Order: sequence, then C-alpha cells, then structure tokens
Amino acid sequence: MSAAAEILVPGKAGEGEALVLTAPISFWGGVDPRTGRIADVRHPQHGDVIAGKVLFLPGTIGSSSASAVLMELVHNGRSPAALVLHEPDAILLLGLIVAREMGWETPMAVRLERSAFETYRGSTVTVAADGAVTI
Amino acid sequence: MAMRIVAESARLLGAPRLIPIASTHIDGALYHGDSGTLFAERLVEGGAKVAVRSTLNVGALDLMGCSPIRLEEPQRGMARRMMEAYRKLGCEQSWTCAPYQAGHRPAQGSDVAWGESNAVVFCNSVLGARTNRYGDFLDIACAITGRAPDYGLHRPDNRRARLVFDVSGLSPAFLASEIAWPVLGSLYGREVGNAIGVVAGVAGHPGEDALKAFGAAAASSGAVGLFHIAGVTPEAPDVETILAGPEPEAVIRVTPQMAAKARAGLSTAAAPKAIDAVAIGSPHLSPAEFGSLERLIAGRRLAVPIYACTGRHALALLEQDGGRKRLEASGVVIVADTCVVVTPIMPDLHNGVLMTNSGKFAHYAPGNTGYGVLYASLADCVESAVLGRPVFTDIAA
Repeated sequence: MSAAAEILVPGKAGEGEALVLTAPISFWGGVDPRTGRIADVRHPQHGDVIAGKVLFLPGTIGSSSASAVLMELVHNGRSPAALVLHEPDAILLLGLIVAREMGWETPMAVRLERSAFETYRGSTVTVAADGAVTI
Repeated sequence: MAMRIVAESARLLGAPRLIPIASTHIDGALYHGDSGTLFAERLVEGGAKVAVRSTLNVGALDLMGCSPIRLEEPQRGMARRMMEAYRKLGCEQSWTCAPYQAGHRPAQGSDVAWGESNAVVFCNSVLGARTNRYGDFLDIACAITGRAPDYGLHRPDNRRARLVFDVSGLSPAFLASEIAWPVLGSLYGREVGNAIGVVAGVAGHPGEDALKAFGAAAASSGAVGLFHIAGVTPEAPDVETILAGPEPEAVIRVTPQMAAKARAGLSTAAAPKAIDAVAIGSPHLSPAEFGSLERLIAGRRLAVPIYACTGRHALALLEQDGGRKRLEASGVVIVADTCVVVTPIMPDLHNGVLMTNSGKFAHYAPGNTGYGVLYASLADCVESAVLGRPVFTDIAA
C-alpha cells in the first residue's frame, strides 16, 4: 500500500509506527517538548509518545508556540519520524523550517488526504524522500 | 535568514507576494527549550534589528521580581539569554499577552504580524487590524524584514463570516454574567475550528475584557484567528454586512444545554473538597480587572493564594494606587511578565486543584502544571480562595 504525498517541508526520509491522531492537538501545552509525550489530558491519545512515530495529524489548534515545541523536539532528538498533514499548517511547520535554517536534521512533512489516514493505523510506515507514504 | 524564513513560509502557504507590515507582537521569546534561545542568538550574531514596532509576549521569568519562578539552572540562564536576545533585536520590553491593553493598538485595516493566539484574535476581531496566526519564529522574521506573506486574513474577502453562532436562545442573565464569555468562547472555538463566524444575539457591547476572555478561550479550544460579533466588533455592524454570501453556510443555535456542557468541559477536577490555589489573568489582567478583584476580596485574608498574572503596564498603575500592597497583604501573589502556565511558579503538587475564571487557563493548566482545574466566575474564585474550598453560584444558561 503506497500513496504519493506532496512534500510540504523536505527533510530526512523516515520510518516508524503510524500514530494516527483522532483529534486535533495543540503542540504547546499538548506535547511535552522534552519527551514527545502527549500531555493534554483532554486529548483521546493522552499519554502516547509521538517521538519516532510517523505522525498523522488531523489538524492543530491553540497556541502559536507549536513551532517552538516542534523545533525543540527536533533539537532533543524526540521529533516524529515524519509528519503527515491534511493541509499545510502555517504555525507547526515553521518549527521544521527554522530547525533546517539552524542546520539540524529534520523529519519530512508531507500532505495526504485525511480520508487516507485510517489505512495506515497500526502499521509500520515509511515516508520516502520523494514523498511516497508506504506500509 | 529572516527573509528566507518569511519566503519559505510564503511558499508553504501559497502566498503570491509579501506585503509591508506596520507592527508585530512576538510570542517567540518564551523559553521552551534551548533551541529557541540558540535561534534568537543566531539572529543577534547576524546583526539583525526589527524594522517595525515590535512588542514582546510573556517570557519565562518575572523580571519585575514580583513572584518567585521555580525554573532552575541551566534552564533559567537560557531563558534569561533568550529574553536578552529579543531585547537586543530591538523589541519593546512589554512582556505581556495583552499588548492591546498596553498601548499597542494598530489601526483598523492595517496589516500587522502578530503572534500569541489571544493577541491575534483580539487584534483581528476587536481592533480590526489584519493579521494571521503567526507562529513562533515567523513573528520575529517578519519584524526584521518588515514583510509578511500575503494570504489568509490579510485579504478582506477571507475575513467574511461563513457561519452564524446564534446565542439569542440563552438567558439574558447568563449573557450578562462574567462566565458567559469564556464559556461561549470555548464552545465557539470547538464548533467553528478555524472558520470565520459571526456571533448574533448579543444585546450590547459586553466590554473589552469580556471580548478578551471570549477570544482567548476560542483560540485555545479551536484555531480561531478572527471572530465577529454583530453590532459590537468593527467589521460587523450587523450579520448581513459581514456574511460572505446571502446565506450563512451553517447556523449554530446555542442552547442552554450546549452552554452548560461547555462550562462543565472547562473543569477537569471531579468534585474536590478543597482547592490549592486560584489563578487568574490569562490573558493578563487589566487595571479594571484588578479593581474587580480588590472589591471582591474586600480586605479579607485568603486561605489559599490567588495568582494574579499581569503585565508591567498594569502593574505600574497598581503600584501607584497602592493596590499591589493591599492585594499582597490579603495573600494575592502578583505575577508579572509571565504567567503560571508558561513557567513553573505554583508548587508541584500531586493531584493539586486549581480554580480559575479563565477559559485559557482552564484549557492549558492540566497539561502544563499537572493541576486539575475547576472553572468558576471571579466572584466564586475569590470566595473559594477565602474558604479554601470550592464555592459555586449557579448561573443557568
């Protein structure tokens, strides 16, 4: 099973277990920048860890510091292996853009239809340099 | 580097060009870890300076020395270096999430680049200036270049409402109460997400602090960057004028049950017998809100502390009129330049319970402080702080 996704921010190709979020998340206040653990107690996946996962994001909400949290996850080696978004997120992806400017190795961010997310749940997923998202 | 960041963001967003901006409000100076400090210092090393008026959002330290911050070394030093780097870049030392109440009020229709979700929504909705929700780092990059990507809410057509959020089914007593605005804001954010809506059925202007609370709650529970209130906010003299088409795409008729559920959803602590603290001031308290706090406390001694978060603009007035001394004598802990959910101030407690009248604190306190939250009006927060146990006055929606 493979889908060709649009590359939003280039980076290192990644592989990891799929973590398909079932609700939008605010990275600031919602994800611990030191560990990558979902800290928002109201989020249905509270307690799950996004580090090393291929993270499927149905949307982001809340704080404009999401970019800072994602960059800090990159800097701490706790970022997802790749990010799959339904639409480009103006705030979150800045964390990757600025981390690249700083010369740090960043995961890729790609765009895929939200309706395709479910097919990846529970699988190990590869996001290749050309944007192919494969089980 | 700043221009590359602005240009790369423009590409990502599909913006065809960059536009000049009149000012920025910068959320990027809050310490979340070393990476942000290293970025700011890289800009300073490159000789960067802001090209337009730039105010700063909260930092991780109370530079006014009002409250003890428990942030330890080496994080404390890195947070201080970060604040210092933004000062060197030419930003104003405002250190507040309510810059619009600290003299930074861009003109209606002007393009600006603001960060901090509540400041963005206030700037767009209440002031009628035009900004997108600028994330950390893009805000300072726009400040240095004086440019922002031309997309989203900078374009008048994208500022029109597609949804109507009708509150006329709620009781006038509820709508006139202080809790109505944070509760409805929380519901609004969850219902509309990032769409533009217009609130209908509001009888009169509820006051700027109420709009501040509504926007902050909406921007916490959703990705709200702009709301309209018919007859209240500047771009919506009435519903018809601000709608994008002849008919709205959807009408959300708010029922008392929906409001009650939204209010209940702001609390996470299950019927505790005692509270450990009260926190208010997200967004930062205005002088008028300090006035309400002082009237409600009425010189009594608190059993548990009220953390009252504010900016140095309001602190200066509070010190002038002696309010700070009187409040501190009652047991209020004034927190300036920062707040209790962005940096460790309250003691680490297992199963601590925090009461608040802020929809935004209610949203973020459990994840950031570990405290369970009880949501209540300011009056109930004060009574609860005096008694050390939760007191609720029912205001039916």
